[in-house]
Amino acid sequence: MTTRIGVVTFPGSLDDVDARRAVRLAGGEPVALWHGDKNLHQVDAVVLPGGFSYGDYLRCGAIARFSPVMETVIEQARAGMPVLGICNGFQVLCESHLLPGALTRNDHLHFVCRDQRLRVENTATAWTGDYAEGEEITVPLKNGEGGYVADERTLDELEAEGRVVFRYLDVNPNGSRRDIAGICNEAGNVVGLMPHPEHAVEALTGPTTDGLGFFTSVLKKLVATS
Amino acid sequence: MARVVVDVMLKPEILDPQGQAVQRALPRLGYQGITDVRQGKRFELELEGPVDDAALARVRQLAETFLANTVIEDFTVRVEEDEEVTTA
Repeated sequence: MTTRIGVVTFPGSLDDVDARRAVRLAGGEPVALWHGDKNLHQVDAVVLPGGFSYGDYLRCGAIARFSPVMETVIEQARAGMPVLGICNGFQVLCESHLLPGALTRNDHLHFVCRDQRLRVENTATAWTGDYAEGEEITVPLKNGEGGYVADERTLDELEAEGRVVFRYLDVNPNGSRRDIAGICNEAGNVVGLMPHPEHAVEALTGPTTDGLGFFTSVLKKLVATS
Repeated sequence: MARVVVDVMLKPEILDPQGQAVQRALPRLGYQGITDVRQGKRFELELEGPVDDAALARVRQLAETFLANTVIEDFTVRVEEDEEVTTA
């Protein structure tokens, strides 16, 4: 039986198709989920893709967080289902309080679009098992509001518990506190990051294939636990 | 009908690059002596019925859960007559 990985499409999502393609290339069965439908259609994991859900109105991710599909995603994430939030999806996870902190406007005010080097610092999450601790990967980064902020106590907690999953290398592209590119929840099933692994899964279209590991990791994890 | 205004501002410790960009443009436009600018959001809510304590409590709940992200923002709720009702 193939593993079903849902990818939510919100009005304004851009990278849902790339995320589904990444799932397929990794060997999973991608399932398109719709923001207005609470039903997760028996998926084993969910990806919240990049884009500008609901036009980024109010705050990035703030309206998506209250969409019908998110009710079920939040409930299932709390019960242990693997959830990956990429870029706008990371913003939705923070707005949902599944992950701490918030994403704010880049400190230099410019939209960034570049191939970004990252260090994988936690390989115990549902989405990073196929990487080596400390492995350096390069995936595209594209955002206008990617500055990760949280109060000092939360940042210290994240560091102490090993919940900083990815850190920016070479440059800090958006003013993120402590060069944080991605984090996870306490259980490690919910991961959010600003860079885009789903754009780095094929030599033809990506700078590397370094992003494929996210999707192969979760497939292995799901097979191991089923 | 009554109007309730919710003002949302980034917390003082959160960097406001948009406000900074506005502030930096001021000398060029001939405005001297403005040392800081912070940019926020204003929501004007038209309410049915009287603005009593219950109605204001609902607006505060709405502001706290939706209009503002209290991780990075503070908000104030007031009735239109500029009468300060509550501060978050």
